[in-house]
Amino acid sequence: MALYVLPIFLPLIGSLISGVLCRKLSDRQAQVITCLLMGTSAALSIVIFHNVILDGNIQQIKLFDWISSGSFYVDWSIRIDELTAVMMFVVTSVSFLVHIYSIGYMSHDAHIPRFFSYLSLFTFFMLALVTSDNFLQLFFGWEGVGLASYLLIGFWFKKPTANAAAIKAFVVNRVGDFGFALGILAIFLTFDSVSYDIVFNAAPDISGTNFVFLGHSFDVLTVICILLFVGAMGKSAQFLLHTWLLDAMEGPTPVSALIHAATMVTAGVFMVARCSPIFEFAPIALSVVTFFGATTAIFAATVALTQNDIKRVIAYSTCSQLGYMFFACGVSAYSAGIFHLTTHAFFKALLFLGSGAVIHAMSDEQDMRKMGGIWKMIPLTYVMMWIGSLALAGVPFFSGFFSKDIILESAFAAETGLGQYAFWLGILAAALTALYSWRLIILTFHGKPRADEKVMAHVHESPKTMTIPLVLLALGAILSGYFLLPMVSEYHDFWGTSILVLPEHSALHDAHHVAFWVKALPTIAAVIGIGLAYYLYMFRPDLPPKIAKTFRPLYLFSYNKWYFDELYNYCFIKPAKYLGYGLWKQGDKALIDGIGPDGMANAAVHIAKRAIKLQSGYVYHYAFAMLVGLAAVITWFLFSRS
Amino acid sequence: MSDWPILSTITFLPLIGAAFILFIRGDKETVARNARHLALWTSVVTFGLSLLLIAYFDISTADFQYVESVPWLSDYNIGYHLGIDGISIFFLLLTTFLIPICILASWDAIKDRVREFMVAFLIMETLVVGVFSSLDFLMFYIFFEGLLIPMYLIIGIWGGSRRVYSALKFFLYTLVGSVLFLIAILWIYLEVGTTDIPTIMQYNFSPEVQIWLWLAMFASFAVKVPMWPFHTWLPDAHVEAPTAGSVILAGVLLKMGGYGFLRFSLPMLPEASEFFTPLIFTLSAIGIIYTSLVALMQKDMKKLIAYSSVAHMGIVTIGLFTFNQQGIEGGIFQMLSHGIVSAALFLCVGVVYDRVHTREISAYGGVVGRMPVYAVTFLVFTLASIGLPGTSGFIGEMLVFVGIFKVNTWIALLALTGIILGAAYMLWLYRRIIFGELTKENLKSMRDMNWREISIFVPLIALALLMGIYPSPFLSVLHTSVENLLIQINPDTTTEVLSSIDIHSIFNPATNIDK
Repeated sequence: MALYVLPIFLPLIGSLISGVLCRKLSDRQAQVITCLLMGTSAALSIVIFHNVILDGNIQQIKLFDWISSGSFYVDWSIRIDELTAVMMFVVTSVSFLVHIYSIGYMSHDAHIPRFFSYLSLFTFFMLALVTSDNFLQLFFGWEGVGLASYLLIGFWFKKPTANAAAIKAFVVNRVGDFGFALGILAIFLTFDSVSYDIVFNAAPDISGTNFVFLGHSFDVLTVICILLFVGAMGKSAQFLLHTWLLDAMEGPTPVSALIHAATMVTAGVFMVARCSPIFEFAPIALSVVTFFGATTAIFAATVALTQNDIKRVIAYSTCSQLGYMFFACGVSAYSAGIFHLTTHAFFKALLFLGSGAVIHAMSDEQDMRKMGGIWKMIPLTYVMMWIGSLALAGVPFFSGFFSKDIILESAFAAETGLGQYAFWLGILAAALTALYSWRLIILTFHGKPRADEKVMAHVHESPKTMTIPLVLLALGAILSGYFLLPMVSEYHDFWGTSILVLPEHSALHDAHHVAFWVKALPTIAAVIGIGLAYYLYMFRPDLPPKIAKTFRPLYLFSYNKWYFDELYNYCFIKPAKYLGYGLWKQGDKALIDGIGPDGMANAAVHIAKRAIKLQSGYVYHYAFAMLVGLAAVITWFLFSRS
Repeated sequence: MSDWPILSTITFLPLIGAAFILFIRGDKETVARNARHLALWTSVVTFGLSLLLIAYFDISTADFQYVESVPWLSDYNIGYHLGIDGISIFFLLLTTFLIPICILASWDAIKDRVREFMVAFLIMETLVVGVFSSLDFLMFYIFFEGLLIPMYLIIGIWGGSRRVYSALKFFLYTLVGSVLFLIAILWIYLEVGTTDIPTIMQYNFSPEVQIWLWLAMFASFAVKVPMWPFHTWLPDAHVEAPTAGSVILAGVLLKMGGYGFLRFSLPMLPEASEFFTPLIFTLSAIGIIYTSLVALMQKDMKKLIAYSSVAHMGIVTIGLFTFNQQGIEGGIFQMLSHGIVSAALFLCVGVVYDRVHTREISAYGGVVGRMPVYAVTFLVFTLASIGLPGTSGFIGEMLVFVGIFKVNTWIALLALTGIILGAAYMLWLYRRIIFGELTKENLKSMRDMNWREISIFVPLIALALLMGIYPSPFLSVLHTSVENLLIQINPDTTTEVLSSIDIHSIFNPATNIDK
């Protein structure tokens, strides 16, 4: 039991020690403590991976009660099955490498213990997320990683942009969580439980049942799955809820690598795979997932083409790759999605950390227009970026090749309209991926140096604490595709019962038998993309500005990220502020107070003033009033008699 | 245990302490010092005694415990009757827990008329504890209304610049509601012939009478909660009140409205409560969205938190009127959580107010550079207010949402938007105060929290986290009493049947399930 519990809580312990004692500990002590605990956690996770995958030793451990109210019962418990073991392995290993890398990258920062505390805290919440045994605990991890992300994006709290980005990330995620929470509520209403086992076992029986939601009758599983997917869209930055991811690049680069590339943003994919026993019975929801996944894949790729900030290019690339993972899930090829999640974690962390090394070398410059001509000065970083890009583009024998191909083949083999939509957009996005990846490499490393001399004189290879994690990640980026191929093999039962695929949803199975041109197309697309990048940015660098000028509206559309920020600002943020101000000044002050307390008080004063006027003190006034009264009484008396 | 009138002791011990404070003699400094210490020790001992209540509390019964019943005006069937059950015990504990914290928070902040301030506070403690332990309508009403006087004085004497307007507004608002409540009590007395609350709970009012009684009580409780649109006194009262006044106002006084609904409206007037449920839901849902939007635009820290209180209390009222166990337990839990979290947030405002003497949000920025411990403390309560899982705020909200989703998905949807807006206004507040570059001259000399301030926050943080991570001990005390309440609301059925009815009304087999 300790083996299964320790890896989750070791990062928390590290985080608390380095966070609470952040002013007592030296920087070095904080680094050693958190890295050691994180390393132990990673090592234990490998043991768990071995136990679960090879020996099939699945565990469910109840820790203690959490909430109990009537039939609503939730406990804190740990579930370790194949899916969890894979995620634990990815999370702890990448997290450990990022911890090590941060020792070098953050060495000049004034708040090192705090940074490591946050990193470990994030890892704890991420592990809580992947090891949860019920939906509410999943939500705990889900919101917890959101908190850690908020803290880390805003780590440099003096930068106004970083603070704004942190809040934006949290609030946009909350919009997703709004859907997610509704999904959990609908699950409890339907199944009278939020425990995975009960819900997943009962799903086939509930399938086809309708329930009334917002006054209309809907298929209950479809509603649940779509609501859950809204949560996934927020966390995994899918189309419409993606806007926070780009701004999140305000955080330190190791954070971008760990949270906004390798782990947290993939939580949505993990969740959909985890909920495969429900999604399988909600075909409409699966179509929605496919649609949003494919749309995100192409949308983000078009935006990545024109960005100038090296981290933003990679951020949009992440967004696009997440789209691939989602449409894999959408065609019921969940294991292909998780396979890509794993390989992507390695090569995208590699790319981010590599770009961090570049930024480090260029004295904190992130704009690619001010780079160039440095590949001979930092050859190791250069090679690392190549490996990462080769894997990302899906060039044969690199990890991305295996995972991306199986996704595209599955989409094709699904033989549905949306499957074709996803396949063709995916192929196009693959070409664009290669194009923007080599645009990045060429702009960053080749051509004439565009930085000033002072910066150029300072360009240097990073310290060992940074390069060793890069090399290890590069190994993962090369090898993981080959070694983890059993994940999607038709001959292995890699996933046991952790992922359910109905026999009629045979896309992944059929993917192994598609025509040769389907298998070759992604590679051809990648080669075309790389070739185009070389032509445009290496050999004819005069062309891209001309193209941008000729197709200026298109260029601006892409450069401004399809104007989503402006749209949301106009549709949501401004009206909310306007409404808030209006309700305060007009609603509370003018209307409620005006009619209510202030109005009554004024009326009382007003009436009192009139009453005062009656007390004039003149006898003839009073006599007159008495006469009028007397006349009235007599009149009434006479009329009522008759 | 049973012979010793522990509830009376807890209720009147603060009053005795207050009397002793009045006898303190000496120069101004001595009086102030002794008054502070005496008030603190009185309230600490009271809190210690109230812990005995929970230690010996029997969670297996819904009956009132520690009952003290003495005939008082026996000719009129009015008695001195005290007792608590699983619902009231936590409100009582919350009160005795917060009063020492309030006194500590006023240690240096209150400089004038210290003795009078402490006396007012201790008298208020007696009255609040009395409210939560009274089992007789007349006593309840005396405590309930008597409370207005010390609170009025605390705002009106030790408050800010517009204190008189705010104090009067607070007083008038609540008084209007209270007058109607008094009429309801008289009506009940004339009809039942007693003011004994347990007896009245057994009495069945006719539906027509229930409607009027319910409306009269609603007038009082809705102002106290406060529900939209009867909330406008709250921001003003908070802004002008001294820190300790805000703490007790947010922490305890707001809970009396919810407690009133729980103790009187629901069990005594079940048909009317059911009839008016749409009204409560509508007002609460509007209130959540409306006040959250208004909170977004506030420029004053206290006003922002005051508006957020209204939004959070909207969730409470929704929960109480779901008529199922999750909703009601969630509503109660949310009240307790809010009692701790919003109290702590007002204390957080007090900490910087004591240093810079402004509540204007724009006067701050970059405070973390000078006050890291404060920044962490403030963050914990910001997150608890947002309802992050693992904090107390989450448990209450989640249970209420579970309860309301069974009953009405539209209201659930509208209420849930509060979690988005809540995150927006709280994080924005936090950012404007804590983060950014420290540029303002007067902030550069700020000192981080001293030991007195830290010792105030430690128990609050511990409770907020404990209630979020391991709420079972708290919920288990509620179960029996809430189940009993549900039986009182619907006397023919047990809770099990009740919950199945809830589901059937939604999964109506005739119309909805077409498999």
